[in-house]
Amino acid sequence: MRAGGVEIAAKCGHNLSFPQSFPNMTLTFEDFPPGRFGTFGPRHVTRDEILAFAAEFDPQPMHLDDEAASKSMLRGLSGSGWHLCSLMMRMMADGFITRAASLGSPGVDEVRWLSPLRPGDDLTLDVDVVEARTSKSRPGLGIVKFKCTARNAKGEALCEMTSPILIERRVGTA
Amino acid sequence: MWFFEEIEIGRRREIGAYNFTAESIKTFAAKFDPQRFHLDEDAGKNSLFGGLAASGWHVGSACMSLLVADSQRLAREAAARGEEVAVWGPSPGFRDLRWIKPVLAGDTVSFVNEVVDKRASGSRPGWGILTARTIGANQRGEEVYGITATAFVPMRGKSVRSVPT
Repeated sequence: MRAGGVEIAAKCGHNLSFPQSFPNMTLTFEDFPPGRFGTFGPRHVTRDEILAFAAEFDPQPMHLDDEAASKSMLRGLSGSGWHLCSLMMRMMADGFITRAASLGSPGVDEVRWLSPLRPGDDLTLDVDVVEARTSKSRPGLGIVKFKCTARNAKGEALCEMTSPILIERRVGTA
Repeated sequence: MWFFEEIEIGRRREIGAYNFTAESIKTFAAKFDPQRFHLDEDAGKNSLFGGLAASGWHVGSACMSLLVADSQRLAREAAARGEEVAVWGPSPGFRDLRWIKPVLAGDTVSFVNEVVDKRASGSRPGWGILTARTIGANQRGEEVYGITATAFVPMRGKSVRSVPT
């Protein structure tokens, strides 16, 4: 296990996204070298959650109605892709972002919805750092590009997201 | 709702506006993005955002809600004229999502959708893939959000389709 990294069993039921010997340490840019950062979850997704999100933000019949969903391309009730992305955000937040010196994100390079989110799915999230570089214009800042893959319990990839996050460098390193 | 054949590249629609109240910002953030600057006014003021800021996923989801509402309006109008209504398929994904400026409590963001490309699906006969760019601007006219998303759109005559409920 590398310094500042994570070692999490996908089935442990909670996130140990933090070196246990330094529970109050804030993760900085230096803690995100390229490579596998960790796997987070599982997060159980209920049918009620799927319906509630869809009713508010994505009220298409394929996300709300079993009959219509069975005739859709996805062949059965599926969660909104925006719900899945929002759940991935929550898993990243619980996993490490709320404990990192994060200044937010300028956007998302790409999201690919590969397979439908189904009621009752237990999601895990693989988080990889694909690139880590320091900001030229703001020396105290690093830009970490993450690739996150949400999977169901069978290990099927449901969604891949590639997104940069701005993270402060450790004091004294800039 | 249009079928693939009727959609013209360059077609532009104002799809509506979404008001981000402090309450809605905090409710979304508590569920999906519990970072301090999305949950607490003071933490927001002391952050780069300069105020209680909506989660970027809240902004994207709000944009989606307006896109769906607009498409359902179009479907109702087409059904009222007695026309066959196209039921669109899911989206394979999106790219170039940009959170350009913070969306703060009290902001109203208006979204405009423009078709930028369309092509026949290689893997699914009878379906096309539409690409559209949607831009959001706040009440001062400042662009705050942009996204380029794709969706499966049925071709005319693919099958008999019913009016969505």
